[in-house]
Amino acid sequence: MSDFLEFKDVSKHFGKVRAVDHVSLSIKKGEFFSLLGPSGCGKTTLLRILAGFEYPDTGRVILDGQDITDLPPNHRKVNTIFQSYALFPHMTVWQNIAFGLQIARRPRAEISEEVDKMLALIQMKDQAHKRPDQLSGGQKQRVAVARALINKPQVLLLDEPLAALDLKLRQRMLIELDQIHDEVGITFLYVTHDQGEAMSLSDRIAVMNGGKIEQIGTPGEIYEAPKSSFVAAFIGDANFFEGKVVELLDDNFCRLEVEGFPDVVCYNDNQIHVGNPVYLSVRPEKFRISRDRPLEDNHHNVVQGRVEDVIYLGSVTKYWVRVQDYRISVYQQHSRFMLDEKPITWKEIVWLSWHGDDGFMLERYSESDEKLMELPPDEPGDTNGVSLGANGLPVVARATRT
Amino acid sequence: MNKVQQKRLWEWLITSPSFTWLCVLFVIPTLIVFIITFKPSDPYGGIGTGWTLDTLKSLGNPNYPSIVWRTVWLSIATTATCILLAVPTGYCMSRLSKTWQQKLLLLVIIPFWTCFLIRIFAWKVLLHPEGPLKHALVGLHLVAPDTSLLYNAGAILLVMVYTYLPFAILPIYAAAEKFDFRLIEAARDLGAHQLRAFFSIFLPGIRRGLLTAILVVFIPALGSYVIPDIVGGPHSEMIGNKIAQRTFVDRNLPHASGLSAFLTLAVLAPLLAVLVLQKRKGIEEDPLIEEDA
Repeated sequence: MSDFLEFKDVSKHFGKVRAVDHVSLSIKKGEFFSLLGPSGCGKTTLLRILAGFEYPDTGRVILDGQDITDLPPNHRKVNTIFQSYALFPHMTVWQNIAFGLQIARRPRAEISEEVDKMLALIQMKDQAHKRPDQLSGGQKQRVAVARALINKPQVLLLDEPLAALDLKLRQRMLIELDQIHDEVGITFLYVTHDQGEAMSLSDRIAVMNGGKIEQIGTPGEIYEAPKSSFVAAFIGDANFFEGKVVELLDDNFCRLEVEGFPDVVCYNDNQIHVGNPVYLSVRPEKFRISRDRPLEDNHHNVVQGRVEDVIYLGSVTKYWVRVQDYRISVYQQHSRFMLDEKPITWKEIVWLSWHGDDGFMLERYSESDEKLMELPPDEPGDTNGVSLGANGLPVVARATRT
Repeated sequence: MNKVQQKRLWEWLITSPSFTWLCVLFVIPTLIVFIITFKPSDPYGGIGTGWTLDTLKSLGNPNYPSIVWRTVWLSIATTATCILLAVPTGYCMSRLSKTWQQKLLLLVIIPFWTCFLIRIFAWKVLLHPEGPLKHALVGLHLVAPDTSLLYNAGAILLVMVYTYLPFAILPIYAAAEKFDFRLIEAARDLGAHQLRAFFSIFLPGIRRGLLTAILVVFIPALGSYVIPDIVGGPHSEMIGNKIAQRTFVDRNLPHASGLSAFLTLAVLAPLLAVLVLQKRKGIEEDPLIEEDA
């Protein structure tokens, strides 16, 4: 599969704000591609440039070998599902879905056949004569999908399509969108700020920040091998350590010096040289926590610390462990019935270990990225100050130097 | 008292002030006008006793059809011109930033600060045979020196459009301002040309504003009397002039009432037709005329 949709060096300013900053990106045919980033990162602007609602300051947009940069929106074979759905309020569901074909002046029989097919796809045959204001949020969403798909676009653009729905409905629509993508086989370009949506749906993700693309990769690559502290912190939780390469080992491993730690072994696929300062990122679930000192081998790192906080979250328990200057966040999956053994608790001295493969040296680090994950309580052992994320679960995880 | 009754009483109580207002100041006077039509006139300008159909018969005056026709076409032309000017204006205003919207809104309203009569007289000065506009037009060879800009139907149309344009712009702007312009993007996205999106998405989207604008221009235009009286001539009279003439010059109140009643019916009939149509279509469709219209 070759590149089907290409952004070549695309930029867009709004006043002094650089919404999109020299972005180049290529998307394959049939791919479910997500643009992921916080609000204001330029992902929606990029989508609007593709749809034709914004004209880029620099760069070209190529779709299926054709330069579409100068085409007006109505001449582009892309269709958009808007965040607000933008259903026409004075038309019925049927008329909304038929709009694209009516504009194209297709014969009446064909229109009604195609609309019926779409109504079947979204399972709303019996609602065809309702108006948008008589529909629920999920139904509106489905009508918007049908209205966009009926034109058989080369790319379907989805602009935070699930943002207006509640959690349960969002999960159901997520599955439905995935099924529709499998069924119609159209290229999907999905814009979202929700990492969960992007991870579960996408073939590939581009993480955006400040108008630039931080990293492109499969959900696995992005999560397991983040290139920057932004990606590491925005997708999931991460602990960051500051150190220096002191020795190169066999098999692309290297030894790091991190203040307050015994020597740390880490995979070094970027061939960083001795003496270079590096930032190491380790996901909280990559740590193993135990009372007894684990067996060491060449590629495992072992460090001793003191538990400062324990947060029981059902499927996992989260620990804050202090190692010297760092507060390390650790997730432990409950693999057995916990009551059998005495659980690790406050103020215990524990051993943390992680494999050298599970740490990643970042190409870029910015301290402000740590703010992406909410700040933990400052006072050691303060269990009341745990901040809660939007979904009611603590979203805090980082190794803080205090 | 059960809940339904209580609710009824409450509804009745809160609507009664406006209902009373409407009765005393609109329904009863209108009925009086209708009743006077069937009274004989009295030589001193009053109303005689007894009942008569003479007035109705005299409404068959051979001069009237042409006056009615002129009134109707001038009103339709005024309404159409106002809507044609107001829709693009409202559209553009609603696309501007909030501060510009407010500035332009102020400009639309500013003419109301000057007395209506003075503004009409100003037009009379402007259009005067020796006035600046005439001189300019003659100088540009756009009109012959002997054309009259005043005292004809054209002058009435011009001044009526001038007078009623703000009344058309305001409701259309109000509707356009509430219109979700993302719908235009959606239509464009689905393949619609700009004009197509405008006609099949924007205009239906502001239909209430449009209807309000049509009503608030067309109805006063039908009954206008001051404008044709000042800038119109003897050959461009409207019904309003005739009513005034019958009242003040001829002092024939029943005849004036007859004409008024005719005008009232002419305005009410289409409105009632719209309401009846809506009722028949059922309440699930959103009504064309609502309280906010």
